[in-house]
Amino acid sequence: MSGHSNYEPKTGFERWLDVRLPIVRMAYDTAIDFPTPKNLNYWWTFGGILAVCLVIQIITGVVLAMHYVANAGLAFNSVEHIMRDVNHGWMIRYIHANGASMFFLAVYVHIARGLYYGSYKAPREILWLLGCVIYLLMMATAFMGYVLPWGQMSYYGAVVITNLFSAFDNVIPGVGTAITTWLWGGFAVDNATLNRFFSLHYLLPFMIAGVVGLHIWALHVPGNNNPVGVDVKSKQDTVPFHPYYTVKDGFAILVFMILFAWFVFFAPEALGHADNQVPANPLATPSHIVPEWYFLPFYAILRAVPDKLLGVLGMFGSIAMLFILPWLDTSKVRSMRYRPMARWFFFLFIAATIGLGWCGGKLPDDVVIPIGHDAVTGEATGFTVVMMSRVLAIYYFAYFLVVLPALGLLEKTLPVPETISTPVLPKGGAAMLSGATASPEKKG
Amino acid sequence: MRRLRPTGWNNTRLRAADRGAGPTKGNDVAETVNAHETQGADPNRRDFIHIAALATGAVGAAAVAWPLIDSMNPSGDTLALASIEQDISKVVEGQQLVVKWRGKPVFVRHRTAAEIAASVKDDHAEMRDPATDASRTKPGKQEWLIVIGVCTHLGCVPNFGTGDYGGWFCPCHGSVYDTAGRIRKGPAPRNLDLPTYEFTGPTKVKIG
Amino acid sequence: MISSTMGRSGVTGLRVLALAVLAFAAANLGGGVAQAKTNAKEPQEVSFTFEGPFGRFDQAELQRGFKVYAEVCSACHSMNLLSYRDLAQPGGPFWDPKHPNLAPAESPYAKAIAAQYKVPDIDPDTGDVIQRTATAADHFKAPFANEYAARAANGGALPPDLSVIARAREGGPAYIYSLLLGYEDAPANLTVPDGKYYNPYMAGDMSSYWKGPKDKVPEGGFISMARQIVDDRVQFDDKTPSTSANEAHAVATFLAWAADPHQVERKQTGIAVMLFLFVFTLLTYLSYRRIWRNIAH
Repeated sequence: MSGHSNYEPKTGFERWLDVRLPIVRMAYDTAIDFPTPKNLNYWWTFGGILAVCLVIQIITGVVLAMHYVANAGLAFNSVEHIMRDVNHGWMIRYIHANGASMFFLAVYVHIARGLYYGSYKAPREILWLLGCVIYLLMMATAFMGYVLPWGQMSYYGAVVITNLFSAFDNVIPGVGTAITTWLWGGFAVDNATLNRFFSLHYLLPFMIAGVVGLHIWALHVPGNNNPVGVDVKSKQDTVPFHPYYTVKDGFAILVFMILFAWFVFFAPEALGHADNQVPANPLATPSHIVPEWYFLPFYAILRAVPDKLLGVLGMFGSIAMLFILPWLDTSKVRSMRYRPMARWFFFLFIAATIGLGWCGGKLPDDVVIPIGHDAVTGEATGFTVVMMSRVLAIYYFAYFLVVLPALGLLEKTLPVPETISTPVLPKGGAAMLSGATASPEKKG
Repeated sequence: MRRLRPTGWNNTRLRAADRGAGPTKGNDVAETVNAHETQGADPNRRDFIHIAALATGAVGAAAVAWPLIDSMNPSGDTLALASIEQDISKVVEGQQLVVKWRGKPVFVRHRTAAEIAASVKDDHAEMRDPATDASRTKPGKQEWLIVIGVCTHLGCVPNFGTGDYGGWFCPCHGSVYDTAGRIRKGPAPRNLDLPTYEFTGPTKVKIG
Repeated sequence: MISSTMGRSGVTGLRVLALAVLAFAAANLGGGVAQAKTNAKEPQEVSFTFEGPFGRFDQAELQRGFKVYAEVCSACHSMNLLSYRDLAQPGGPFWDPKHPNLAPAESPYAKAIAAQYKVPDIDPDTGDVIQRTATAADHFKAPFANEYAARAANGGALPPDLSVIARAREGGPAYIYSLLLGYEDAPANLTVPDGKYYNPYMAGDMSSYWKGPKDKVPEGGFISMARQIVDDRVQFDDKTPSTSANEAHAVATFLAWAADPHQVERKQTGIAVMLFLFVFTLLTYLSYRRIWRNIAH
């Protein structure tokens, strides 16, 4: 959208179209000609992987919606109908269910890449914010999608999360209850809730697609970040997106598909819960309610805070940290490759988040490190899951609110290369370069 | 549209001249970047490996598309009801039984001798869709006429026993069928369609 | 940092490793989630023919398992999601390999089995509820008209529907096998409530029924079903000895099939997909290397 376009329509039809709706030009500029830093590593392939995940979810989702029935009395059986009677229904369903997990796996890697390489820093703040919006929409979509099979976990997951809003009764009496009644469309999670969740679950992915369009637009204004964190200075620093990154992304997508296929065909229920194979029963709660794995860190933070309202605020606050990150990090250096102290705090942050996820899957009173026994019941006591959640949650917030602001000012960074090409030039610099390379298309 | 250019940062859009679209003497670096251009411009040099990868991709795409398309074909439970067995012992002479088959009505008509005779008499009368009475029944079971109860004009369900020929009359646009379900008057183009059926017992018929 | 010191293949390897670590973490988080803390005994180690990526169902065993279900379990447990025609689908207990393309609903075996049962229907002449002979398209006959009738006949407890039970319980078929065979006399100090039975494999909290030391509550819980699988309860038509172990193994196999009838097809498709993906990935990798070979990066 910015800069000169090199597209030259070749055929008469292309010229005719280009004058009326330059869509081929736009595609050419965006995905073929686009100058991309030549030093991107494999962490940069996850954007393409995410786009493929979104397309897969939409296509399989639309096909599933042809057979699914969003009625509390029929939903569970309609999913079983898909699994048993619809031609290849089992495969489409497993692709969709495991696809959601793969989608989140990819988005977490993509976010981690952004955190490590400073992709959220100026001038890419809007790009980062749009990404956070996409992440929020993904979470809403996944939450509603999980309710649709109407199993025990589906039902009680909906109950727990929608009940969170009743915490606002502590702020203004009655407001929280009004909100939850409105969300439910009744006095409890029931058929009305299921129907609206189905409607919104169908809608949101298309909103995600729209925001993805904005996300790519916002990316293409300044261009991609790169592992060195240094801006593109000359043509030497870039290669055209096609074929260099179309094929590299294609390769990365295929490796991702291998992992995806392994789950779909050999371990399709591994990421799910046995309790969700039991039809929802409003009168009998399962012994252990847990959300899907990708929500576990936030679930742990929610339970870590003893107060209901503060727990809710803590959970939403942990996501809000991502939104304000560009203004928290004071470092002038983008890439943590050149920020040796920040790098270690980052790895600790990743470990803390995974640890929080582990905690979220356990009961709060489970003991992590046993220290002694209770005199009366004889049960082991010690460092419990909820204590560990608190420690890790404190580090999670401290990383954003204390570490990153302080480090930028205090840290001694490594020297940053002048250009993208500098690290790969042989000793002697640019003078050596001309004459050394041949065109890749010539043999030899 | 205003081109937005962030100030203070390098503009990553490379102009054509910078990309070395012209003669590349002494500018091998640009040549490297332009490799794709030359590659595209000279299809004879296109590497086999790229074609192989693309072809494999096309095969994969087709293999993925098929299950998605086939999932829209009738599912197992629909196919299970593709044929039904019906007990017709309770259908008295001169009456019809309406049975639902594949979502449509089927008329199982127990014809009287008079109705059969009237139909046979008209075997060679002038009609839009000529057919003999025998061709529309099973041998030895002439009293049973089994037709799909959907008017071949625009799909309404004809009424039993009315109309000039005592067969059926479709109230929507006035099609008249005789006692063999043949169209005699009105706009319908074809006789009432015959489903596949066979008698699996003296009073049991399997339709479909 | 990484890509400047390692070659391209090193980066790729690192990336694959990272993905694998993340996936492992994810699977274990998911698995850890699923294995909620209960005090039930771990299911016995028992092997089934359908386990693993190359597993298959033994059709004879499926038939034996169906017989156990039909003669023992179906008196109380419904299987509402299965139809008689499902028994004749490819890979099922009564699929006929000699007629592989016969529609399952047309299978003479499915029709014959269905014809043994009467299912409720409405008489179109009178509007009354009647019992008519089942066809292959009908769902399995349910033992009780509704949940209330089921509870009334079983002391308030609802015998769960068995259509997906092998997927709805931690441990799956091994759990079912262990539970069916695992009934034990309740230890002294454990008060068993009326109408219930002690089973060490059953999940539950018995601490309020235990009079002994608090940290020595026995494993297991109370189940409303008495022991059903005993020797010679079912006579197998293929002369397999009617030991309770064989009966339990057969019905666990059958229930595993009923919960996931496309399991074998899924695994076979998976192997084909993986082979295709490995080839495709290799070709694409070579294409990528060829395109990038002269770029210093």
